[in-house]
Amino acid sequence: MSTKGKVGGIIANLVIIEVDGPVSQNEICYIKMSGVELMAEVIRIGGNNAYVQVFESTRGLKPGTEVEFTGHMLEATLGPGILSKNFDGLQHDLDKMEGIFLKKGDYTPALEDDKLWEFKPIAKKDDAVFPGSWLGEVKENWIPHKIMVPFKFEGTFTIKSIAEQGEYKINDTIAVLINTNNNEVPVSMVQKWPVKIPIKAYKEKPRPFVLMETGIRVIDSLNPIVEGGTGFIPGPFGTGKTVLQHALSKQADADMIIIAACGERANEVVEIFAEFPKLDDSRTGRKLIERTTIIANTSNMPVAAREASVYTAMTIAEYYRAMGLKVLLLADSTSRWAQALREMSNRMEELPGPDAYPMDLPAIISNFYARAGFVYLNNGKTGAVTFIGTVSPAGGNLKEPVSESTKKAARCFYALSQDRADSKRYPAIDAVDSYSKYIEYPEFQEFIRENISPDWIDDIMLAKNILIRGNEAYEQINILGDDGVPIDYHQIFWKSEVIDFVILQQDAFDKIDASTSIKRQQYMMNKVLDVYRTNLKFETFEEVNPYFKRIINIFKQMNYSEFKSEKFNKFEKELQDIINERILIED
Amino acid sequence: METTAFQKIHTKVNHITKATCSLHADGVGYEEMATVNGRLAQVVKIQGDLVTLQIFSGTEGIPTNAEVVFLGHAPKLPVSDELSGRFFNAYGQPIDGGPEVDGKTVEIGGPSVNPVRRKQPSELIATGIAGIDLNNTIVTGQKIPFFADPDQPYNQVMAMVALRAKTDKIILGGMGLTNDDYLFFKNIFENAGALDRIISFVNTTEDPPVERLLVPDMALTAAEYFAAEKNQDVLVLLTDMTLYADALSIVSNRMDQIPSKDSMPGSLYSDLARLYEKAVQFPKGGSITIIAVTTLSGGDITHAIPDNTGYITEGQLFVRRDTDIGKVIIDPFRSLSRLKQLVIGKKTREDHPQVMNAAIRLYADAANAKTKLENGFDLTDYDERTMKFAKEYSDKLLAIDINIEIDEMLNTAWELLNKYFSVAEIGIKSELVEKYGKRKDN
Repeated sequence: MSTKGKVGGIIANLVIIEVDGPVSQNEICYIKMSGVELMAEVIRIGGNNAYVQVFESTRGLKPGTEVEFTGHMLEATLGPGILSKNFDGLQHDLDKMEGIFLKKGDYTPALEDDKLWEFKPIAKKDDAVFPGSWLGEVKENWIPHKIMVPFKFEGTFTIKSIAEQGEYKINDTIAVLINTNNNEVPVSMVQKWPVKIPIKAYKEKPRPFVLMETGIRVIDSLNPIVEGGTGFIPGPFGTGKTVLQHALSKQADADMIIIAACGERANEVVEIFAEFPKLDDSRTGRKLIERTTIIANTSNMPVAAREASVYTAMTIAEYYRAMGLKVLLLADSTSRWAQALREMSNRMEELPGPDAYPMDLPAIISNFYARAGFVYLNNGKTGAVTFIGTVSPAGGNLKEPVSESTKKAARCFYALSQDRADSKRYPAIDAVDSYSKYIEYPEFQEFIRENISPDWIDDIMLAKNILIRGNEAYEQINILGDDGVPIDYHQIFWKSEVIDFVILQQDAFDKIDASTSIKRQQYMMNKVLDVYRTNLKFETFEEVNPYFKRIINIFKQMNYSEFKSEKFNKFEKELQDIINERILIED
Repeated sequence: METTAFQKIHTKVNHITKATCSLHADGVGYEEMATVNGRLAQVVKIQGDLVTLQIFSGTEGIPTNAEVVFLGHAPKLPVSDELSGRFFNAYGQPIDGGPEVDGKTVEIGGPSVNPVRRKQPSELIATGIAGIDLNNTIVTGQKIPFFADPDQPYNQVMAMVALRAKTDKIILGGMGLTNDDYLFFKNIFENAGALDRIISFVNTTEDPPVERLLVPDMALTAAEYFAAEKNQDVLVLLTDMTLYADALSIVSNRMDQIPSKDSMPGSLYSDLARLYEKAVQFPKGGSITIIAVTTLSGGDITHAIPDNTGYITEGQLFVRRDTDIGKVIIDPFRSLSRLKQLVIGKKTREDHPQVMNAAIRLYADAANAKTKLENGFDLTDYDERTMKFAKEYSDKLLAIDINIEIDEMLNTAWELLNKYFSVAEIGIKSELVEKYGKRKDN
């Protein structure tokens, strides 16, 4: 018998329910309004009163309305068919909903019950298996989707029987397991998992060390992130957070991309809907949409589902990681999620922490970031969930609770700078303020030495140094005047500008410049550092500016040309000629 | 107010604050409308049988034996073609002396559009103002505010943009308009001979501030009718959203909620997003575009209202007076239209994005040169050229009195670039320079 209750009080989407039996924290219940059922989650219990947050508008809800509790927490439905879907924050399939407007209580199923999948067994009869063990696989788009022993199971099982290769529906039994008490347990291709609890079906979670290519130079070449790493992008509005996230989702070297559009603009999601089915994934030659799943809780959708949306997204990411895949999870923006927590905390009249956020905000954020990571699965394979979240600091000031809490939790920091955005230097990541803690990891350094180049890490440091020195020179020039400083200062400044214009700045809207391979990045970095190392001669400071403008212009033309193409080579030669001009004067 | 035979009249009010009253009543729905001694009110809280009502026009003079009648529905607006050309108050009642509007009634603040049913905005709205069309192109289905100090002519600029834009309907949501501004809008709409495609919902400074909370929903509900059902392109003007947010904070304060940044309610982001996200391009062709005004205090965009707005809207337009040319311009640095990428170089000439960026970058160099000059440093030849360029660019393109086609804007930009700079200084892709630059050194 499930617990029932009656609506007692309503304050916006906080509803107080008098219950007649046991309820648990975070349990899901349905409020049975006439004609529609509203899904809600218990967030506090006091005596016979359960305080629930409703994932819908409560307009028209009356006291006395009946409520039915489900006995479980908010769960994600995991099985083949998740890829390429557009879900709402509670994993309802948005495409299955009818009509232009969202209807209250329109809860569509996440997966298709009647779709046939070609199943191939991996495990055999009598194999010993445990939660997360691979039983078989189906082809989902191009991903070999592993069918696993449900994570909710406990202990070790023996396979009594497993289905033969053939077409099955997700609810068909594909294996029967026997537990240690000799009971038979059937397994289908679909399982459920409570989103707020991490899936831990892996053997070990080491420090991550494998570079994740993003094609974005200021990230890969200066502040690299790793597979299974964490990063965050704070920035005032208008500094290009969204463009950067979209670039990441298009180019990052991952098997699967999950985009949690959390409390952001609907048109941004629409852009993904419109573009991803058309864009090619350069790694597989297939369409981008085939490796992408979108969880959309846009800013006009119910606030309570915003918090759920990031957890739903993370749970799906962990599920695919358990199949031995590299998953990139992008959440835009975690501040909106924190604000949703604040709204609720406020309605429950909890004592507020800083900026009226709940006191446990830092703990919630760090727990969430901790779910990312690179893992060794029990079968020796590896998988990764890389998580990059954006933060929208109020007033662009990073001294606010969400930014501060996130800074403690994430290992990469991509600082978007208003100044850079104002002068249209995109992506507006401040290469000097930003950091990647992974550069300091010996295991990462070793990986880079072996796989990219022995000098790569040193080059990163040198480039950062040049930028810092360029900044200093620029300040000196501003204080003392163009002719008040040695000509060298101008040269130092302009050499840092070359790095800025050629490496840091990247045109996300140009077909070629938008994404740069590591090989090309390395090549260009060497070119730029060559310019830096060349001692150029100038008679007056007035010669410096126009000269470097020419260099930068040629470099930019190179960036716009296909790597090593005829055009590229032509510009490269022109560049050498320009450099020779100034070396010749020396002779 | 409408009353029907079966409505129960309550006559015992238990609790009265500046904005709310509470009473015992059964069977009341959340957000239901009611009248308290004839004044409109809405249910904002229910605890058992204790119902709290927010009275829009305030509780002054409300007695404990006031007559309370619950109307059984959320706030509604009758919608039909008859709305055209009319002026209404915050409750959707005519204030122009005309008859009540006949039509089906729709609850305001209705559901959101399913994101997968939206279409990507792709049609540009030409205004003839280069500061907008060239640098910050606006697209149907976009939401974008003017960020302006109270002394700037934002309402005039907005009215000009609205009248020049080719849309089927213009819906004005005026919140806390001064009577003078109300008359300005009325006048300019009438004189433009465009009254039949304009609908106005107005709350002036003479009306109670809390009433303002209904205005944007009224305007947007009317907009949804024309856009979703009649497939029309609708432009919604909301001025001034700062006064709307102020009203939110008044209510939140009176409901004893803990304020967050700048005394604003913690839900400010969601409250504003709910409105702005009504901007949409429908698949069948209709669209809602929102141009709003957010007044700033001393240009401070870090205040909670402009800050949250900036995160919600697709860009923002800054208006400022350029003292060098003595005209009002659209500031190219701080203004931004996020959706321009969807049309520039696609619906407009292919050199549009690069020409726009090059000109703004050089304009930025001029600003640096100006700082150098102010600090008493010598200017280089390049500095001198950028400054001359900036002045002419401001006068011929940024000023809001410009009214030309986009191709002409691009040609003008090229003329100025060619006049003052070398190819290397412009830094535009060489193919485009050859094709559109019409340079003598090519």
